[in-house]
Amino acid sequence: MVGQVYSKEEILELLSEIADPEIPVVSIREIGMLRDVHMTGEGCEVIITPTYTGCPAMGIIEADIKALLDSKGIKSTVKLVYQPAWTTDWITSEAREKMRRYGIAPPEHSSCGNITKAEEHITCPQCGAKDTEVISRFGSTACKALYKCNTCKEPFEYFKCH
Amino acid sequence: MADTAQLKYTYSLRLGDNAWILSHRLSELCSNGPFLEEDLALTNLALDLIGRAQGFLKYAAELEEKGRTADDLAYRRNERQYYNNLLVEMPNGDFATTIARQLYISVFEYYFFTALQNSKDETFAGLSAKTIKEVKYHMAHAADWVVRLGDGTEESHAKMQQALNELWMYTGELFEMDSVDEALMAEGIAVDLAALRPLWESHIRKVMEEATLEMPEGGYMQTGSRQGIHTEHLGHMLGEMQYLQRAYPDAKW
Repeated sequence: MVGQVYSKEEILELLSEIADPEIPVVSIREIGMLRDVHMTGEGCEVIITPTYTGCPAMGIIEADIKALLDSKGIKSTVKLVYQPAWTTDWITSEAREKMRRYGIAPPEHSSCGNITKAEEHITCPQCGAKDTEVISRFGSTACKALYKCNTCKEPFEYFKCH
Repeated sequence: MADTAQLKYTYSLRLGDNAWILSHRLSELCSNGPFLEEDLALTNLALDLIGRAQGFLKYAAELEEKGRTADDLAYRRNERQYYNNLLVEMPNGDFATTIARQLYISVFEYYFFTALQNSKDETFAGLSAKTIKEVKYHMAHAADWVVRLGDGTEESHAKMQQALNELWMYTGELFEMDSVDEALMAEGIAVDLAALRPLWESHIRKVMEEATLEMPEGGYMQTGSRQGIHTEHLGHMLGEMQYLQRAYPDAKW
């Protein structure tokens, strides 16, 4: 039996289903980790980039990509690239809204700025207040910081500008 | 290996070792941090450094072309074959010592990787651009603590000052250059460390002034890591770090 032939766009569409293992409401495509797909003679090469150099989710993401494409009969290899360096600027506005509804404050500033300035007045994802303060620049994962809201008194996580 | 590849292998190994050894030191603090948020912070730093070490050691392994992997380089060398700066192998000591080490090294790394991101070697430049974003957080973390402890109580001030004084003699080595640095600098690949020194010093001085601390000056500087000569602390650390790989070679999860 001859398997279905997929175009690059169709493969990218298929891979859009793969969620970030640590923030399951957003996909690897929306967050900017899925960079490209190159069609090869036999199948395809998927290009991904880590959010942080030590991101422990990369192994899982690679396995998820291979398993998904394998189930469609597509041969694939996964290549990890560091350049250009991932930035929170690549996160789509839809993904930012999904993060907020999930309880994580999305990045509010451009990645290039001064980190101390970029940490002030982050909007609370629970009540929308801006009277918030940082508890720690480091949270449960490398990409998040810990905050508390002085209005609703709830703690929350903030996806750091990067 | 061609000459340039050989030089780049050594350069990448040094950068990988610095990240790798410091990441192990910081990971020793996992569940031993002074409080929960700080425990998370220190282990987050360790994770960034493990990622950085993987990048540079993988590149070193590729340049070497002897079929070794990043893991082989990380776990299967002896003490004299590591080229990390002495500063990063220093024990965690008390919290002030851990923070003093973080301040000295992360400010250095900030200027170092800012320069290396313009390297003509694409892998060095790419890894540096990624690293610099992470180092900004490491540097802010260390500086915040130095100010908080230095400008804190009489006891925290004294401990912070003592820690900064004790580690000072390991900072000179950060700026040492040898024939590897010089040959790669001529090709636009490596960083001119001598040029970083005034930037580093003025940055450290600013933090210390804000923290009401005295900047240590001059004095005797330890050296040796470029030749693989280390303090007595590295061997003990490797003994623990390499135990599993030595006891069960080729063990898989």
